[in-house]
Amino acid sequence: MRQFALSFVLIFAAGWAAAFEIENRAQFGASGSGQVLRIISTADIGFFEPMIISFLAENPDTEIDYVVASSTEMMRAIHDEGHAFDLAISSAMDLQTKLANDGKAQRYTSAATQSLPDWAIWNDMLFAFTQEPAAIVVSKHAFGDLPLPRDRHELINLLRQHPDRFRGRVGTYDVRQSGLGYLFATQDTRASETYWRLTEVFGALEAKLYCCSSDMIEAVKTGELLIAYNVLGSYAMNREDRSDFAIILPSDFTTVMLRTAMIPYNAPSPVLSGAFVDHLLRRSHGPEAQPLSHPDLDLSRVEAALNRIRIGPGLLVFLDQLKKRAFLSEWESAILQN
Amino acid sequence: MSKPTAHGSIRRRLLLSLLASAAVLALVVYFVVQSVARQVAQESQDNVLAASALSILDSARFFDGEISVDLPYSALSMLDSISDERVFYAIRLENEFLTGYVELPEANGLSGSVPAFRSAVFLGEEVRVASVRRRVSTDIGQSFLQVSVAQTLSGQKQELASISRRSMAIGAGFFLVSVLLAALIAQSTIRPLDRLTASVSRRGPKDLRPVAAPVPSEMVPLVASLNSFMRRLQLSLMRSEDFIAEAAHRVRTPLAIVRTKAEIVQRNADNPETHAALREMIHAIDDSSRTAGQLLDHAMVTFRLDHLSQDKISLRRLTRDAVDHLHPISELKDIEMEAVGTDDLIIQGDQILMQNALHNLLDNALKYTPSGARIVVTLLRHDDGAEIRITDTGPGFPDGEMDHLTDRFARGANAENVVGSGLGLTIVKEVVEAHGGQMHITNNAGGGACVSLHFPSS
Repeated sequence: MRQFALSFVLIFAAGWAAAFEIENRAQFGASGSGQVLRIISTADIGFFEPMIISFLAENPDTEIDYVVASSTEMMRAIHDEGHAFDLAISSAMDLQTKLANDGKAQRYTSAATQSLPDWAIWNDMLFAFTQEPAAIVVSKHAFGDLPLPRDRHELINLLRQHPDRFRGRVGTYDVRQSGLGYLFATQDTRASETYWRLTEVFGALEAKLYCCSSDMIEAVKTGELLIAYNVLGSYAMNREDRSDFAIILPSDFTTVMLRTAMIPYNAPSPVLSGAFVDHLLRRSHGPEAQPLSHPDLDLSRVEAALNRIRIGPGLLVFLDQLKKRAFLSEWESAILQN
Repeated sequence: MSKPTAHGSIRRRLLLSLLASAAVLALVVYFVVQSVARQVAQESQDNVLAASALSILDSARFFDGEISVDLPYSALSMLDSISDERVFYAIRLENEFLTGYVELPEANGLSGSVPAFRSAVFLGEEVRVASVRRRVSTDIGQSFLQVSVAQTLSGQKQELASISRRSMAIGAGFFLVSVLLAALIAQSTIRPLDRLTASVSRRGPKDLRPVAAPVPSEMVPLVASLNSFMRRLQLSLMRSEDFIAEAAHRVRTPLAIVRTKAEIVQRNADNPETHAALREMIHAIDDSSRTAGQLLDHAMVTFRLDHLSQDKISLRRLTRDAVDHLHPISELKDIEMEAVGTDDLIIQGDQILMQNALHNLLDNALKYTPSGARIVVTLLRHDDGAEIRITDTGPGFPDGEMDHLTDRFARGANAENVVGSGLGLTIVKEVVEAHGGQMHITNNAGGGACVSLHFPSS
């Protein structure tokens, strides 16, 4: 089943008249074989590929069209422009919740959805299939003899003690650009005031801002950064060269994002969507699960500090335009001090 | 006696009306519980919505010429805390939309700071909307800040479904308990009637005493008329018995006189035809006289049966006396009569009645037995009591009539030439049964009649 066609469409997808921006696109399975499952996702192809391969192994007559877009572009595609996809997979829990809340999702129930734990399902519309912690990723090589921080306090102290060493070499999400970064940041402020202090310190150290986790990890790898904060631990862990990094799950609290799947209201082949959701959930939950994130990233180590983001209308609060404007202006004044 | 026609049943009617009212009440309980629960569920949802809307309203600040609303996280997350709900909100300053869902309808009738509510359909689903407002001062003067929060009803629907199931169970349980109670009530209501029926049907055939046991007030008229009916019946029975006894008594004395005169005339009559006529006349007078005597006897027996005395009766002595008493007549007819059985037996009973019964039996035997025959009175002891057996060597009872011989005024087919009233065996039977015994009439295998009286051991 390794025979899949991969094609990159870098700017606009042909056939989509309207203008949402896609980052990447790939086709899997036997092309022209009848049923097509159209997935729009925020996950990199490489990250999600194992799930597609295993699904195609069980359903060889299916073709999967996998489109990668940022969470905001995905929101635009489904919410505003009404493009038809069979499945929407996103790490932006708040936007997924808004889509479902605004009636852009179909309800789906099956044996697999009914056996989900409460935190992994919302309104029979959103189904969580990963638990991905926001981690502090540190370059082991560049850190030298400095002690590794175990929580945010230690990180703040470390940064304050060695300002010259870290100036310009810490990185985090640009929450104005990245939906996931915004989600992590807002959830951090809910959990503790420490976030604002940390952001102040980052601002003082002229922190670099990034759009995505993979860029940050890459920057740590090249030595451009010493520390990346609120990086998707799963991305770092899934890399071949993961031994170069220290992936720290803060012991004060570890924010955990749930990647969720949703069947859009206008899905052309909802039966196929249901089958894929079942497959996704069966492989992700339970004792025999083979989750997408690397098994070494053991969340049970920090069970007590686990701050699993709860799916629900609470997530709509920070999407409120007034609330968001206020949050971003506070964030900007903290991080952009020059 | 003809069986009375039954028309309906009080118990069934009572049961049915109780069940019908229980069913109605169970339905009422079901609907009341459901409507109260629905109201409570609606109110609690409204309260949560209003709390959410108010907390948003409280977070609004007017600062630097601009309204800022710091939407509290809990304002929306609390609406989803029990069941997964879709949640919508809208914030407006007068009619200017600030944030949220622009198309969310507002609840009408807002006045002051009291929340208003409405149900609506929004984005394809039923929602409940709560709206609150507050007066704020802006650059251009006073205006109203309005917040509406809406929530889907899936949790409320689930709750209502479960309440509906529960109130159905409550109604059904209520009905079941009512069925049990109705059965018990019907049973206990009918019980005095059953008791009265039992006490009346348990009575002996001659017991016409009034019903004295207490009865419910509704049954007092019935029992009063029953008692009065029985009193009249008893009175009329007594009157007729008295009348018969009186009549018999009055007839007997003149008959004796007539008989004496007839004998005198017969003795002096020379003409054989007259003689024969007078003999027939005397025979007829004897017959009438005997009947009158037995009617008197019967009246006496009937009276004594109602007031049975409890003497100790030696059966040996009784049989010996009876045989001795009738000895003159048996000798006259050349009939051998004896009492056998040496063992004495004692029973409780009325001495005079027992004597009378035995006399009647022996008298009968003497009448129907030809000269030269033999009558034996045997006293026998059994495990369960005593037996007096009277056997003779006469013609015996006619076949096929034995069942009817004890009826009043019934006489056997062989009795044409014998003086008799047909009351003798009736009297015997009544006496024996009043003593708890039984009379059996049979014929001996070798010819002759056999009457046995069984008395239980007292």
